[in-house]
Amino acid sequence: MIYLQLFWSFLQIGLFSFGGGYAAMPLIQEHVVTSHQWLSMPEFTDLITISQMTPGPIAINSATFVGIKIAGIPGAVVATLGCILPSCIIVTLIAKLYLKYRNMALLQGILNSLRPAVVAMIASAGISILITALWGNGSAILLSGTNWLLAAIFAGCIVLLQKFRMNPILVMVLAGAVHTVFSLITG
Amino acid sequence: MESKKRVLLKIFVSTLYLSAFTFGGGYVIVTLMKKKFVDEYHWIEEGEMLDLIAIAQSAPGAIAVNGAIVVGYKLAGIIGALTAIIATILPPFVIISLISVFYNAFRTNFIVSSMLEGMQAGVAAVIASVVFEMAGGVIHGKSPVSITIMILAFLASCILNINVVYIILVCGLLGVVRTLYAKRRAKQ
Repeated sequence: MIYLQLFWSFLQIGLFSFGGGYAAMPLIQEHVVTSHQWLSMPEFTDLITISQMTPGPIAINSATFVGIKIAGIPGAVVATLGCILPSCIIVTLIAKLYLKYRNMALLQGILNSLRPAVVAMIASAGISILITALWGNGSAILLSGTNWLLAAIFAGCIVLLQKFRMNPILVMVLAGAVHTVFSLITG
Repeated sequence: MESKKRVLLKIFVSTLYLSAFTFGGGYVIVTLMKKKFVDEYHWIEEGEMLDLIAIAQSAPGAIAVNGAIVVGYKLAGIIGALTAIIATILPPFVIISLISVFYNAFRTNFIVSSMLEGMQAGVAAVIASVVFEMAGGVIHGKSPVSITIMILAFLASCILNINVVYIILVCGLLGVVRTLYAKRRAKQ
């Protein structure tokens, strides 16, 4: 049953994403693209792009987007509930325990070992997004198949972000605008 | 303190507002929550708020949702937590619902699709820059174990395509073992 599958997948996404921000991204890719194929890789890349441009956590945005696409508004509700249920239970429990014992050594210890792995998995998901952006979906990574305009935009964005510390949303809008202008000129 | 109904209403309105207008993820939103509930309303003490934020950041799930839960729970128990959660997920839910209704129609539009394609290259750059920063932090920490975990997790995920849930479980268990081992050594 589709509602159960959506609920179960997003429950796992909510349960195993530690560290906030992009930490949920590799998990969403694993469930939504790799195992269930609810989204193609270009659709997933669009989703991440849209998530960056709108408020709200990536996981909630994905639950809504995927839920609607697969099973309409009820699907979105079910997926979103699945996504927040682990938080509701775990956070309330930890808050209760914490207010009682004021000790979080074990949780901090777990997090210390998870953090480097989370960085690595975000890197890995980022690479698949970069490949989708520059080479399209499914096509082999060949030098001749590279979209050089997008590669140049990517490099330009890196400079703006790393060197000039420009606001990420502004950088993305700029990337979109530059690409649109060039596409219009070259037809 | 004000009546419970008013407190709940204030929780609802302020978390709804923060969720609707905060771009840039969970770390930003918990900072704004602190401003609102500590500096403006004086409902929570600063030290306690920092602890609550630490809980929101270290528990699994989206930091914005976790932050809403701890603040709502602290102020008005389970009802408060539920109020804050609904207010937090309502804005992204509505916005993304609207976008996904128009997504298929818009994606075939030339301007929108070339805009999105350019932005995909942009988002890849944003992620790359976040990764540089985070990986730099891990390397600067100079912990051989952490650096090894990072390299192995990358190989497992990118080259071997191992399910990320397994990687998280293994690293989490490793964290438990490391913490217990360190405690034991400290006792001796």
